[in-house]
Amino acid sequence: DTSEGGNEQEETISVTFVSKDGEETQIRVPIGMSMLEAAHENDLELEGKNHDFFVGACEGSLACSTCHVIVMDMEYYNKLEDPTDEENDMLDLAFGLTETSRLGCQIVARPELDGIRLAIPAATRNFAVDGYVAKPH
Amino acid sequence: TAGLQSFSTLSPQPLHVCIVGSGPAGFYTAEKLLKKHQGAQVDIIDRLPTPFGLVRSGVAPDHPETKNVINQFSRVAQSGRCSFLGNVTVGSSVSLAELRELYHVVVLAYGAESDRVLGIPGEDLKGVHSAREFVWWYNGHPDGRNLDPDLKCTDTAVILGQGNVALDVARILLRPTSELAKTDIASHALTALEQSSIRKVYLVGRRGPVQAACTAKELREVLGIKDLHIHIEEADLKLTPADEEEMKNSRIHKRIYELLSKAATATPSQPSSGQRELHFVFFRQPDRFLESYDKKGYVSGVHLEKTALKGIAPGKQIAVGTGQFEDLACGIVLKSIGYKSVPMEGLPFDHRKGVVPNLQSRVLSDNNSGDPPLFEQGLYVCGWLKRGPTGIIATNLYCAEETVASISEDLEQGSLASTASLSKPGRDGLLQILEDRDVRAVPFSAWEKIDEEEKRLGSLRNKPREKLTTREELIQAALV
Ligand SMILES: Cc1cc2nc3c(=O)[nH]c(=O)nc-3n(C[C@H](O)[C@H](O)[C@H](O)COP(=O)(O)OP(=O)(O)OC[C@H]3O[C@@H](n4cnc5c(N)ncnc54)[C@H](O)[C@@H]3O)c2cc1C
Ligand code: FES
Repeated sequence: DTSEGGNEQEETISVTFVSKDGEETQIRVPIGMSMLEAAHENDLELEGKNHDFFVGACEGSLACSTCHVIVMDMEYYNKLEDPTDEENDMLDLAFGLTETSRLGCQIVARPELDGIRLAIPAATRNFAVDGYVAKPH
Repeated sequence: TAGLQSFSTLSPQPLHVCIVGSGPAGFYTAEKLLKKHQGAQVDIIDRLPTPFGLVRSGVAPDHPETKNVINQFSRVAQSGRCSFLGNVTVGSSVSLAELRELYHVVVLAYGAESDRVLGIPGEDLKGVHSAREFVWWYNGHPDGRNLDPDLKCTDTAVILGQGNVALDVARILLRPTSELAKTDIASHALTALEQSSIRKVYLVGRRGPVQAACTAKELREVLGIKDLHIHIEEADLKLTPADEEEMKNSRIHKRIYELLSKAATATPSQPSSGQRELHFVFFRQPDRFLESYDKKGYVSGVHLEKTALKGIAPGKQIAVGTGQFEDLACGIVLKSIGYKSVPMEGLPFDHRKGVVPNLQSRVLSDNNSGDPPLFEQGLYVCGWLKRGPTGIIATNLYCAEETVASISEDLEQGSLASTASLSKPGRDGLLQILEDRDVRAVPFSAWEKIDEEEKRLGSLRNKPREKLTTREELIQAALV
């Protein structure tokens, strides 16, 4: 990302990712960076066992839903700006949708989000069910 | 897990895996297998010289973001323990039985390359096409090249179906061609669309706006086409208690319904002159196709039966015919009623569902009397061939996860535990067979040459890529 303009003491916030087995990884995320980019920068998706689902098939362009995360505290969820129609369109298709689901590529680090915890949806999936059918919300 | 790791370190012999089909199901399976089994050698074969399945030949040209997943798949193909072999057709270049001899594990992920049929009179008339073929045509699939649909003989197209594929097709027919010209649409299709006289498109669905099978993103897009008149019958939007119940349980159906209602009230009742039109026709099912009087053998319309919804379970309603009929005149019909997989010799197949019978991706043997189930050893399925033709690209990620979990389980304690330690020829054996039969396999590095050439040709026309659309051109670019 080129937006920092050479500022070396950039401000960061703490973000904790919780894998589907409950394993936690805390990382520092620079203000302005999306959670998807942050996961990539920290190689979270490459660790295999951990955060396996944080792959971002469309690379953050709101066209895939693979970056689905669940905000673990309502308090933090409420600090986020409401999802756009386009984000909601993709959330429709996310597996294991919950009340506090968001797309990782759309959550951008801001100071108020310091301490946010994001869970990767558990792999409780039923393949008899069409991917288009979303959970009740 | 620890057990699997010890398997790979103890075994001097790599685990040879062959994946048939290089679409999302094939690539996600490869990715997960390689990650989980350090001793695995994975070969992905495809009948086309090009990889990526429907990401290349299904996903609409005006959805470039959706195709970004190709970058991830390319990294998999470029990793040391994986290889892509294009231009190899299982069933003719090499048989399934041969692959099962050569490899410890064979995963079939060859998609769904045929169509459901309506089975009604007139389905063979000229001008009646399947959406699958039409999509292949505009996406430059070598087998779709000769479709050559006549878009100049008529001002009206009927699309049967209201799922995402139907909406893609409608959008391609209605979107200004100046916008399509900037995409990777096949040039033969762009030319035909530029000359197209189609101004009206009807999207026909058996059920109502609450049951529409599309997703909000696709619907929003088609509703947002520049200078397009949208027609939706106000009466069709009336909700029954059963509809309300259905919507309560489905966020997506609720949002689709809201989008349609909004569109119905937002557009003026009459199109302005020369404006293109999109008509949503709900509660109608095709009864037969009508033949033209003056052009024998050609379609001139669809005879539709009105339907009504009947509840069969809580939150589930089906369409039943009412015995009332009407005609819808048109010069071209695109049937978007579902894809279907093609059987393969030596492979159990459920002809009714059009999929390979399986339990958690393990292929079930024919003549299965039930308990315990009999499996085809070392044979697995993934993607549309396993689940049927539904879901988005991401669905295949979860699908592959299940396939790989089953393989891992069988390696650790099941049917593969003993055979995996046997030495198998794997890729070398396959390459030998292909050489003997004069089949020119296209490796990933050769696809990269095609890729480069297509991008070069595209840059000359301000397109991201100009697809090569015949096997000959593709092979030529690959093997320079
Ligand atoms: C028109 C259309 C548009 C779509 N748009 C989107 C979209 O915008 N977003 C989204 O998320 N999803 C979209 N999808 C869904 C998505 O494309 C599918 O979920 C996905 O491609 C299915 O993956 P697959 O690997 O099972 O099959 P496929 O992608 O079809 O891959 C099968 C592969 O097997 C090969 N093959 C076939 N037979 C043989 C053989 N005998 N030997 C060797 N190889 C063989 C084929 O050449 C092909 O490469 C769309 C689907 C369609 C049909
Ligand atoms: S990465 Fe595709 S929607 Fe977020």
